[in-house]
Amino acid sequence: MRCDEVLESLSAFQDDELDPLRSREIGQHLEGCVDCIDALDRMKELGGRLRAEAPYYPASDSLRARVAQAAWSGASGGRVVGRRMGFVVPRWIGAAAALLVVMGGAWIFASLQRGAGLGSTEAEVVSSHIRSLMASHLTDVASTDQHTVKPWFNGKLDFSPPVTDLSASGYPLIGGRLDYVQGRPVAALVYQRRKHWINVFTWPDERAANSEAPARTRQGYHVIRETHDGTVYWIVSDLNPNELFVFARLLVPGGAR
Amino acid sequence: MTQEKGVETPGPQRRLSPRELERFNERVLPYLDSAHNLARYLLRDAHDAEDAVQDAFLRAIRHFEGFRGVDGRAWLLTIVRNTCLTRLRNRRGSAESVEFDEEIHTVEESHQGPEVDLERRAATQSVREGLDRLPVEFREVVVLRELEGMSYKEIAQISGVPIGTVMSRLARGRKQLLLTLQPSEPKENR
Repeated sequence: MRCDEVLESLSAFQDDELDPLRSREIGQHLEGCVDCIDALDRMKELGGRLRAEAPYYPASDSLRARVAQAAWSGASGGRVVGRRMGFVVPRWIGAAAALLVVMGGAWIFASLQRGAGLGSTEAEVVSSHIRSLMASHLTDVASTDQHTVKPWFNGKLDFSPPVTDLSASGYPLIGGRLDYVQGRPVAALVYQRRKHWINVFTWPDERAANSEAPARTRQGYHVIRETHDGTVYWIVSDLNPNELFVFARLLVPGGAR
Repeated sequence: MTQEKGVETPGPQRRLSPRELERFNERVLPYLDSAHNLARYLLRDAHDAEDAVQDAFLRAIRHFEGFRGVDGRAWLLTIVRNTCLTRLRNRRGSAESVEFDEEIHTVEESHQGPEVDLERRAATQSVREGLDRLPVEFREVVVLRELEGMSYKEIAQISGVPIGTVMSRLARGRKQLLLTLQPSEPKENR
């Protein structure tokens, strides 16, 4: 074998991607050729240098969150905001902006009120979740049987909460308890994923439109809100958001939209 | 509208079933870092890379039924790679490409503090510049081989070329790197 043939195949030889016969031929040539051994060493050194010195670019936390959100809801969790935005500004945008300001005023006022409501509910369910873990008062009725937990609420609430056993999927039901959110009695259902507790606060709200809210993090807990068929669900846990999304999807199969 | 370049027209949104979501989280999501790293090297732009990866994931979710195999990494990286190349093609058409080289070779915003060994930083930068200067089809195989440790077969699948082409691109890419990275080498040798 000639040196130029060997040199041509050194890269694949080094990667162990040659067929055995050719690989053996090159091996034999290398035994007696200092120049080719030199070339191989340089190539190996290059590989080491690339692995040690080439920067590796992991995804940012915000990208990770957007992607996890997208996997859950099927929609993008917001665009990447940055310098590329608004490169070309169409002429009509000025007029549209003026109109938006007028309309926006009214809308912002309305949504501020609504947002305040959601924000305070979120704060309430998170503190309730924390309380339930602290006071060893996780459940009033401890049972993994949905047919025990569901009837327990009879006479304690003016509605019958949806109780599903998800133990087959790895999220066993632990029990339920009575709780208060926004000044009304609600059902709190407790589920478990490994060492993590999941509190689901649920109550009926006929006026609420089907919707889902991205996972938000508050005091280190993740919160997901879903509304489906006139029932509101607030899901709180320290479980990682990805698994919490799976749980939310299992719990509210129809989901929003 | 530069922002929309390379973005696939969004198809109907699709929600993954709980099973699919679980599978997606297990088989595909763990390779987000690989996806971002590849996009970053292909596009050579931090912002574009994030945008492309997000688009690629939306596509991956939409086409998740098409995912049959076990190798989520190769499957995901194929989508990321195609998304990036579409962006590059679109970019080439726009005026942006003129200042592009300028952009690559400016010193990267470094998140390493000043205490980091300057020599090491210089080495990192020279390797990065060497990679950035490679033609994109060489750069992609070098990154997939050296930084992701993928086999020629996997790389061939991702880049949509025969294994023989992967082999020769990798050989040529390495040859070029050996030439461009030569200058700082004496320092490395003890």
